[in-house]
Amino acid sequence: MGPIVARIRSPLAPVHAAIARHYAAHEVADDGQFSDFPVTVAPPSLARRFIRPTVTFRLDDAPVFQPLPAEQAFALLEWGLNWCIATQCHQYLIIHSAVLERHGHALLLPAPPASGKSTLCAALVARGWRLLSDEMALVALDRGDVTPIPRAIGLKNDSIDVIRRFWPDAAIGTVVEKTLKGSVAHARPPAESVARQHEAVRARWIVLPHYAKGAPTALEPLSRGAAFMRLVDCAFNYAMHGRRGFELLATVIDAAQCHSFSYGGDLDAAVRTFDALAEAS
Amino acid sequence: MNAYRRLAGGGDVVAEALAGGNDTARDDGPYWEELVSRAREANLLGTLAERLHERALIDRVPEAPRAHLAAARIRSEAQETAIRRELRQLARALAEVDTPIVLLKGASYLCAGLPNARGRVFADIDILVPKSRLDDVESALLLAGFVTTHVNAYDQRYYRQWMHELPPMLHVRRQTVVDVHHALVPETSRMHPDSAHLIEAARPAAGMRFSVPSPADMAIHCATHLFCDEDFSHATRDLVDFDSLVRYFAVAQPDFWERLLPRARTLQLARPLWYALDWSVRVHHTPVPAEILRDARRDAPALPLRWLMNGLLGPALRPTRGRASTRWARRALYVRGHWLKMPPHLLAWHLTVKAFRRENASGEDGKSADAKPDA
Repeated sequence: MGPIVARIRSPLAPVHAAIARHYAAHEVADDGQFSDFPVTVAPPSLARRFIRPTVTFRLDDAPVFQPLPAEQAFALLEWGLNWCIATQCHQYLIIHSAVLERHGHALLLPAPPASGKSTLCAALVARGWRLLSDEMALVALDRGDVTPIPRAIGLKNDSIDVIRRFWPDAAIGTVVEKTLKGSVAHARPPAESVARQHEAVRARWIVLPHYAKGAPTALEPLSRGAAFMRLVDCAFNYAMHGRRGFELLATVIDAAQCHSFSYGGDLDAAVRTFDALAEAS
Repeated sequence: MNAYRRLAGGGDVVAEALAGGNDTARDDGPYWEELVSRAREANLLGTLAERLHERALIDRVPEAPRAHLAAARIRSEAQETAIRRELRQLARALAEVDTPIVLLKGASYLCAGLPNARGRVFADIDILVPKSRLDDVESALLLAGFVTTHVNAYDQRYYRQWMHELPPMLHVRRQTVVDVHHALVPETSRMHPDSAHLIEAARPAAGMRFSVPSPADMAIHCATHLFCDEDFSHATRDLVDFDSLVRYFAVAQPDFWERLLPRARTLQLARPLWYALDWSVRVHHTPVPAEILRDARRDAPALPLRWLMNGLLGPALRPTRGRASTRWARRALYVRGHWLKMPPHLLAWHLTVKAFRRENASGEDGKSADAKPDA
């Protein structure tokens, strides 16, 4: 997936099936190739395989989170890999943001959880935008461009059905109920996005999404200062990069148009707005 | 070395790479995956990166593992900046308290400019103060915005009555942690080293309000922390520290070897020092003079116990958490650590309280997890 190779071990058939479904378009590395993260998703003990089954995510044989119910194994794998990247890959400035591409330019949707970022991201992907990531922008420290890491798109609660209606062709996997984030399902990234996963892109548009039920669709210009502060808030490892991180973000912001975007669930109007933005510049 | 290989079941890929003995430049995926993974497990990725830089080997590392080493370097450099900033804050907080304050462990290596500080990752600052000044130090820290953690009454009693340190103190805004020690081992321990000796011999840290332990004391404290603690999950890294300290002081401090053993005997810490010297030689080929090793062996345990301990220490010191031998050895040493820490009646009481508490807490708080899945 993008610049990362994960060696995933799991005795659980549902995990195998979910990987086969969501990562069908990804390459499988040779066994002799270096993997960045040797991870396992497995029951913490033999007993836990049968009695109230739970699963643990491990990196380098060390458990990372508390065990979760076995039904959540694939979601745990996805969260675990996010954790690996966010806590280890400091060769990038990592921002909690969806990243898409149109006409060779990247759109960043930096946002805290529950701002409608993933729903918007899935809707844009459904209408032909290339997916770089639904979860994190990996900004290369030296070049300032964004490295793609297309993976399964995480959908939560109401947005699962919303996206099913909006994107009938989507390959959406099993819905897992009662996770820490509510109901969770994943959608497979388009093959074209995966095929172009080594093409890094510069950010052209930085848009802060905000979802409020029933709100009108509106794209407003935003000051660079406000966009800068949002990116800092959403960055996982901004403090790690000190002055270099500040300068890098300033360069990224200077080369981009900044907007805030609010919407109330009308995804057609939302996609039209972003298409118009892409055509106008 | 052969004995260590036999005990530990093969070579130690991290120790070999740190020593530079092997051919790090080879383009071999599984080798690098194993090395990066094991070094990451032992919290030694930053140290490995620094050593490869010092030997100008870094450019010959294949690109994918090199990215991990670069990331580890960024992290350790950021952390060094953060620790130095926190030390300035701490100096300000403690400016009015008239007492010597000795930095221990990570912060002392950093402030003494020692080679093992390069790339070393740690989060908490440890300080040692005379027991008589403990209240003043705590008050000054509270005034500066630190709060005590472990607020439940049993934990407070555990720390304050039995341990060698206050409950960790957390700064409410900066989220930094300071461990305030007044002794080198718990009050209830079988050993009774007098921390006044260490404080007396400490040397000023350049340009700071703090001091750092003398070379011999630093090595001895490292050995004590390594071999008397019940938690062996950081043992691999601590042994790397010990090896590096000894190599450096043996050259930089002409009378280091003469002073080391007598000093350890004065502090009643000759046993852990013996383990550290013995295992540092086995794992890292530390150049310890033969007569020093011979002399140190006088404080080694008698044979049956020595065999048992060596059988446990081999696997426990390796960065191979995934192997059953390492896990079981660390579990056994966890029990031993508690045995050293407290007399049996206290230990029984402590374990009972802990067991009951875990039962009550289960299902409610997930605090012991390293992180939330949201990260």
